[in-house]
Amino acid sequence: MTVDPAYWSVADIARRIAAGEVSAVEITEAFLARIGKVDPELGAYLVVDETGARVQAQQVDLMRGANLPLGPLAGVPIALKDMIVTKDVVTTAGSKILEGWVPPYDATVVEKLRAAGAVILGKVNCDEFGMGSSTERSAYKQTKNPWDTTRVPGGSSGGSSAAVAAGLCAASLGTDTGGSIRQPASFCGVVGIKPTYGRVSRYGIVAYASSLDQVGPLAHSVADAALVLQAIAGHDARDSTSLPSAAPDFSAGIAAGVAGLKIGLPKEYFAGEIDADVRTALAAAVAALKDKGAEIVDVSLPHTELALPAYYIVAPAEASSNLARYDGIRYGKRADATDLLSLYSRTRGERFGPEVKRRIMLGTYALRSGYYDAFYKKAQQIRTLIKRDFDEAFEKCDVLLTPTTPTAAYELGAKATPLEMYLGDIFTLACNLAGLPGMSVPCGLTSTGLPVGAQLLGKPLDEATLLRTGAVIEAAVGLGDKRPRGFA
Amino acid sequence: MPELPQKEVEEIALLARVHLSAEELADMRSQLGAILEHFGSIAAVDTEGVAPMTHAVPIDLPLREDVPQPSLPPDVALAGTAKRDGDLIVVPAIIPGGE
Repeated sequence: MTVDPAYWSVADIARRIAAGEVSAVEITEAFLARIGKVDPELGAYLVVDETGARVQAQQVDLMRGANLPLGPLAGVPIALKDMIVTKDVVTTAGSKILEGWVPPYDATVVEKLRAAGAVILGKVNCDEFGMGSSTERSAYKQTKNPWDTTRVPGGSSGGSSAAVAAGLCAASLGTDTGGSIRQPASFCGVVGIKPTYGRVSRYGIVAYASSLDQVGPLAHSVADAALVLQAIAGHDARDSTSLPSAAPDFSAGIAAGVAGLKIGLPKEYFAGEIDADVRTALAAAVAALKDKGAEIVDVSLPHTELALPAYYIVAPAEASSNLARYDGIRYGKRADATDLLSLYSRTRGERFGPEVKRRIMLGTYALRSGYYDAFYKKAQQIRTLIKRDFDEAFEKCDVLLTPTTPTAAYELGAKATPLEMYLGDIFTLACNLAGLPGMSVPCGLTSTGLPVGAQLLGKPLDEATLLRTGAVIEAAVGLGDKRPRGFA
Repeated sequence: MPELPQKEVEEIALLARVHLSAEELADMRSQLGAILEHFGSIAAVDTEGVAPMTHAVPIDLPLREDVPQPSLPPDVALAGTAKRDGDLIVVPAIIPGGE
């Protein structure tokens, strides 16, 4: 039997395998074949683990054959951002400094996916160490946007978003430090969730900025994203910032609707330069929510404009510390040198890319002796001000709705300077600084056929409200059966 | 802020343990200058008495019982290193010219 499960839902794949309508091996082979056919043009995957995927799929089929209980994601093919450590599968974080590194362990999220029965197809591309918004900063390849291959897929989880959009996995995991799940999800017309900080374990995630990083799902639908989030969420003793609270049933309330829900529109997110098509799509989402019984309220987040400078101090500062471990000693390649200091400096100079060097330099500048209070501490205090803004807004509403990005996906090479690239992150950063859950859900196409994302921001630990609100947007103004041309 | 002084960029590169070519150094002077000028706006923000944020949901520092946990065998833990001598990592001399 030949099956074409490229755009089947996560639930559908798991159900059909459990029911014996199709085998896990057939599903995996179909995805591997599609990757072989489509990915050379798209460039989403860095590593396709054909052998590992086949073994996992065979195990699912053996378990089913033996009438053993199957996990909730049994046989569901998933791609992982290359920031996520995988035992025996090369993990580079998109950097030459980790070229060829084969980790000796799995990240907690990978252990959890495997326990749920998921089939790991491989590792997908990203900006080096998650530092970028277009996946143009990967040291290995340029991933393209399936909706228009002259455009970026977003970043830094651009491989994760492109792979889902092009039907090269059923769902994927990304990491989000300042928007790196939501922005590429928006650019590629898929759903992406950045959970509450601490909701998902960071054990085995290549650290970029530890107080901001979170892992989350990218998927075709809100329901799919909820199922994957369910599999990876929960307390982990190996991550000291992991929240002790148990994860609720994320799928339970998805269909609850928005009647009676108060949805806040923060005026600062609609005041600046936003593309007209993005405004139109957002207006349609707002109208749909109102039509379904939500109350729309205007709110203000007065410190919004400080999110950008605060982020670009906190994140590089933490990165400069986190990336100190890449010195040519314990991982990857090392440069030729006759003394230890030049071994460190030359290895790092030769194998880090320009954006990573820039952020390490920026972070080192901010953390120098005598500068800590003026930069890092100040930025952390601004985080408190930003968090207070959200606390006050959430006294007036249950969830916030904003554009995910000011524009749809831009052309490859369009953002010429580093600063220009940073400014595109304007709507996604505050969520990480405040540790809130955030989500991007498709809310239509531009006049030129590019996806637009609506961003939902929730109270800490209230992913459930994001999901039920997102489901209403998805049903009313989502992309439905629209697929990227050439990948349908 | 215009370009950062060359000496300052060189100092930061040394602290960061990142070797920069002459061209990279020149780029870094202007790029860091532009970024710091843009983000210098935070200096004017009144944060008197505001506590720095550490976590979105306050949690106590977690502790565990002081008992040994399983860990990676040395051979596996050292598999990623470029140069080994048994269970040791080989590095060049700390003092230039030394042994």
